[in-house]
Amino acid sequence: MEITGIFKYLYELLQSTGLPQVLVDIIALASAAVMIFGVLAVIALFLVWWERKVSAHIQQRFGPMRTGWHGWRQTIADAVKLLQKEDITPSTVDRPVFFWAPVIAFVAAFMVYVTIPFGDGLIVSDLNIGILFIIAITTFTIISLLMAGWGSNNKYALLGGMRSAAQVVSYEVPMVVSVLAVIVFAGSLSMVDIVQSQAKIYKWYFFRLPFGPIAFFTYIIAATAETNRTPFDLPEAEQELVAGFNVEYSGMKFAMFFLAEFVNMFTVSAIGATLFFGGWQGPLLPSWVWFLVKTFALVFVLMWFRWTYPRLRVDQLMEFSWKFLLPVSFANLILAGWMKYSGWFNW
Amino acid sequence: MSCNMVFALAAEKLAGNIEVPERAEYLRVIMLELNRIASHLIWFGTTSLDLGAITPFLYGFREREDILDLFEMTCGQRLTFNYIRVGGVAGDIPREFIPKCREFLGKFDAKVDDYERVLTENPIFVARNKDVGILTPEMAVAYGVSGPSLRASGVRFDLRKDDPYSIYDRFDFNIPAFHNGDCYDRYMVRIQEMRESAKIVRQAIDRIPDGEVRAKVSINFKPPAGEVYSRIENSRGEMGAYIQSIGEKKPLRVKLRGGSYNQLQVMPELVKGHKIADVVAIMASLDIIMPEVDR
Repeated sequence: MEITGIFKYLYELLQSTGLPQVLVDIIALASAAVMIFGVLAVIALFLVWWERKVSAHIQQRFGPMRTGWHGWRQTIADAVKLLQKEDITPSTVDRPVFFWAPVIAFVAAFMVYVTIPFGDGLIVSDLNIGILFIIAITTFTIISLLMAGWGSNNKYALLGGMRSAAQVVSYEVPMVVSVLAVIVFAGSLSMVDIVQSQAKIYKWYFFRLPFGPIAFFTYIIAATAETNRTPFDLPEAEQELVAGFNVEYSGMKFAMFFLAEFVNMFTVSAIGATLFFGGWQGPLLPSWVWFLVKTFALVFVLMWFRWTYPRLRVDQLMEFSWKFLLPVSFANLILAGWMKYSGWFNW
Repeated sequence: MSCNMVFALAAEKLAGNIEVPERAEYLRVIMLELNRIASHLIWFGTTSLDLGAITPFLYGFREREDILDLFEMTCGQRLTFNYIRVGGVAGDIPREFIPKCREFLGKFDAKVDDYERVLTENPIFVARNKDVGILTPEMAVAYGVSGPSLRASGVRFDLRKDDPYSIYDRFDFNIPAFHNGDCYDRYMVRIQEMRESAKIVRQAIDRIPDGEVRAKVSINFKPPAGEVYSRIENSRGEMGAYIQSIGEKKPLRVKLRGGSYNQLQVMPELVKGHKIADVVAIMASLDIIMPEVDR
């Protein structure tokens, strides 16, 4: 299963047809985009179903059971239903802003996958600034949340949007700093290089004591906040804000937000698996299986958080980020730098 | 159940000559305490839901389901119970009630431990509730707050101990009380009350005697003229019934008093200076139920 191989073959085939070079490039890129989109759409649908099942089993229920084996067709049915729904645009909204908000959320969620290695060689483009690119793109989410809040012209949506923006900005900082600790050790921003530097299990950054686990835990906490999930799901605190920024959205636009949310959850887990658990590295099984196993394990942890924890208050949330998470991650970065410099544990 | 009970108590007090059979008294206590547990379970579920935790809500409802099964077995209803009558209870419990009840009580303490693991020890839950919505004992008494919310403020007042009705003086149980009066203490009081109630039910089903369950009270029973007030401790505080009789079949006036009204009155004092999110927490911790406010 070598995507780059197939990709190269297709590319050469297209070139041999004598099409102009520009057209060949466009077709090749478009096919890669379609491939990524297809895989992620399936993953997102699966995650929706999985979340429902995990939550149900944590709560001693069964969850969806009627459609297919353990209800596996449920989310497909839900997605089809959402697509068929009338797309309502309330008369008071700021139309262009309202329309583009879900589009930006959706595109940003998928764009990240350009530099995420799904397996050995299964990467669209191994940019030498890979992780920086990911961090830059995920920041787009804030813009879409603000746009959705502002464009909806609804006080709850606006409050939800403002809250999320404040939250995501505050947690972005500790997240990036904890990722930096890994980058310091790997000595590269490229995702492929980071994975290759963790070839053996004891080389996984999670097991590089003492900085690895600290970096991972600060990362996973910040990532939970980044994806607006419990205990940091204030943007959609229904007891205070009805549903948050997406309260005015329905039909297809709502589905785009919903899908983007689940893709984001997969993204942060994929980054976590890549940076701390050796990405696609693993024995016997194909590399992409290892990647998916590790990522889904992290997704499960995020779901576990969501279904057991209550929600923080908005001031406690900010305090936690600026007064605890940020100092810890900075201290950890210094520790990692010192470990790298002194050559300790530099196996 | 407690509304049945308080009205029956008032009517019996008014009549003066109704001898409630021993077995009926035990059945009343069992039902009242099970009802208290069920009510606290709903409170536990909705409180956690208001704070954003969804799972404990379903845990609470899971155990409540067992209690509702017991009630359904006894009186046929799952919600608007009508079991306690003037002079006793509507009918005897079915044979499988006691074993079922024992089974429920056997696992209940472990379930409460589960709840405590999920919420009580959760740092986020503690951060949301500690020192939020402090109700001072003076304020609580001045507003007439009763029940668990009052005891969380440090006033150890429970009608089951301080003005025993029915046969509560025969059971061995504690009245949990705390002293901070914040949301966390109100939470702790109710959690511990569930354990105490389970203790009472356990003693009651061990000692329940055989015999009649209902004294003979004629349908055309006419109490003497006069007025009477009786009160019991239900899950939300003092539940009172005032009956004014003119010696006819029907009373001239009946007034039921619930605890929620006073607890709602104290809300404006508690929420001063807090965040909107805390209002949700405070409201949940007071266990106000709106239909009871407008009694």
